[in-house]
Amino acid sequence: MGWVRASLPRRWLVWGLFAAVLLVAPRVWTSGFAHTMLSQMGIAIIACLAYNVLFGQGGMLSFGHAVYSGLGAFLAMHTLNAVSAGKLGLPVSLVPLVGGLAGLGFAALLGYVTTRKAGTPFAMITLGIGELVWSMSLMLPEFFGGEGGITGNRVVGKSVLGVSFGPQVQMYYLIALYCFVCTAALFAFTRTPLGRMLNAVRDNPERVEFIGYSTQHVRYLAFMVSGFFAGIAGGLGALNFEIVTAEVVGAGRSGAYLLFVFLGGATFFFGPIIGAVLMVIALVLLSELTKAWLLYLGLVFLFMVMYAPGGVASLIMMNLRVAAFGKLRTLWTAYLALAATALIALAGAAMMIEMVYHQQLNTALGPTLRFLGATLDARSADSWFGAALILVTGLALFELVRRRFVEQWGEVQGQIEREIERGKSP
Amino acid sequence: MSAPSDVPLAVELRDLRKNFGKTEIIRGTSLAVASGERVAIIGPNGAGKSTLFNLISGRLAPSSGEVHLNGRRVDGLKPYEISRLGLARSFQVSNLFTRLSVFENIRCAVLWSLGYRYTFWKFLADLDDANARTDEVLAMIKLDRRRDVLAMNLTYAEQRALEVGITIAGGASVILLDEPTAGMTQSETRRFVALIRDVTAGKTLLTVEHDMGVVFGLADKIAVLVYGEVIAFDTPEAVRANPRVQQAYLGSVLADAQATQAGH
Repeated sequence: MGWVRASLPRRWLVWGLFAAVLLVAPRVWTSGFAHTMLSQMGIAIIACLAYNVLFGQGGMLSFGHAVYSGLGAFLAMHTLNAVSAGKLGLPVSLVPLVGGLAGLGFAALLGYVTTRKAGTPFAMITLGIGELVWSMSLMLPEFFGGEGGITGNRVVGKSVLGVSFGPQVQMYYLIALYCFVCTAALFAFTRTPLGRMLNAVRDNPERVEFIGYSTQHVRYLAFMVSGFFAGIAGGLGALNFEIVTAEVVGAGRSGAYLLFVFLGGATFFFGPIIGAVLMVIALVLLSELTKAWLLYLGLVFLFMVMYAPGGVASLIMMNLRVAAFGKLRTLWTAYLALAATALIALAGAAMMIEMVYHQQLNTALGPTLRFLGATLDARSADSWFGAALILVTGLALFELVRRRFVEQWGEVQGQIEREIERGKSP
Repeated sequence: MSAPSDVPLAVELRDLRKNFGKTEIIRGTSLAVASGERVAIIGPNGAGKSTLFNLISGRLAPSSGEVHLNGRRVDGLKPYEISRLGLARSFQVSNLFTRLSVFENIRCAVLWSLGYRYTFWKFLADLDDANARTDEVLAMIKLDRRRDVLAMNLTYAEQRALEVGITIAGGASVILLDEPTAGMTQSETRRFVALIRDVTAGKTLLTVEHDMGVVFGLADKIAVLVYGEVIAFDTPEAVRANPRVQQAYLGSVLADAQATQAGH
């Protein structure tokens, strides 16, 4: 395959860059908080990539994938505690693998039922199993630790070569190592016969049955692969937080995987990586910034489903294509206008949302609140009228700019298609 | 039966029946196709031709009766099990992996027959035999210059060619083609019949076809299916002369076909 070999150096460059980012990130952002965030991102990347084996590559919409990362986390935590108690001689750095094996085991067990069906029945079964495991977590406090969860201590015994996993940055580098290896392994998976047949099952399950493959078996094997890597993510989470509570197997976590993999872009391998970074930013930063963060998240999700169903990754790839043909220049003013008008609309909407939340949650502090340097009075008609005006103006301008942009975009795409037909490649 | 007794029949149907509720679609069909024979199944709309293909290929299970493939009983087996025993089929409406490239479509169809099954410890790029076979098939169906195009972006005729390519890629000994030329223009059809003849050379071929020009171009035997029963199974000349066939169905159609053939 000549063209595969020709693109090899570029592939090495991409992977080298990925490794470099993982290595350098904690040196650039040096605060303890940054290290916490980076650690969580590393874990989320593995979890989201694992989820996308089902969602993007296999066309399986799972509403319960936290079951596998979560059960992996619990088993890893029990293992860690056994190691701490001296009952088990296992290096702490290998505890996430126990999580992976647990994820694999439960995927083999529960996935056997789940993957017998595809499409909507599949989605319903994952939802049911998610609820089942969630309710088990309340019924079996010995294993799940009840409401308090179970805790552990990742610093076990003497440090080896100065590595005790006590400092967060050491934990980060363990996560980064797992993140790199798992990402590489999952990418490799997409290049294997099973990985390709999984795409075929996604596209046309019926035809797959007539070329010798059992779609059920393909789904089942992919489910186990996904469960294994989700379990590793869970195990890393257990080590990182040193506490595992029942919420890690809950529907909220499962929903977050789906939501952010979709936002990142399920149709490209690297989409879930973007989604994972967004997930940590939203869950950690946005939730600090405003109490209404879930509402904003919902709005972003709605917006993406309607206007960019391919997620951030597809937006990037589409613009890279435009750039490759040297036509991005013609679009950047439109992008600027889109961003500016969107920001105006967002500011108006945010004012109203924040006033509602302020009235509901902070009535004791009086009716006024600070918002982007302005003082708003949640009880005065002026503030509401002003906010509404900004929102409507922003929306109207955005729609105008959007229509113009859609035209321009179509024009550029047409030019590119013509150039391709004339045999010009970027 | 003309086949020597030591070579099993490629396809044998014994009193095959299929009903949907109270409606009997296939009503006691028996058919014996020897290895290497090329058979066209013709009949009026609603005769059960596609249902018959679905029964043979495992898409549907028969209500009663038996299907034998190369001497093995296969009725009730799953499509993928029948496929592994050496039967491949195409579909009337193109049934492709739309978001995969032409090359990937064919390679998927090649993998099982070369023993790669559910392998996840080898890279596709390193499977020299699979990639060589894929290139070979692409050349046969004349899509080698479109190898990197997504299947959904092919023209209609190209999609029909890919449909046949996926069917023959795995090297099955028995090929079922369900209206391979449906929807093609006359000149496309003529070229496509030649292509089908090439890619199915040496194999047992069953094809459902409406276009009598295609039937005479491809088949050395014709089976006439009318209301779920095979009323004739013989050489084209004998079928043409068969009074029962003429009465039931063929008279007008055959006259048309002869006119078309004369025009060729």
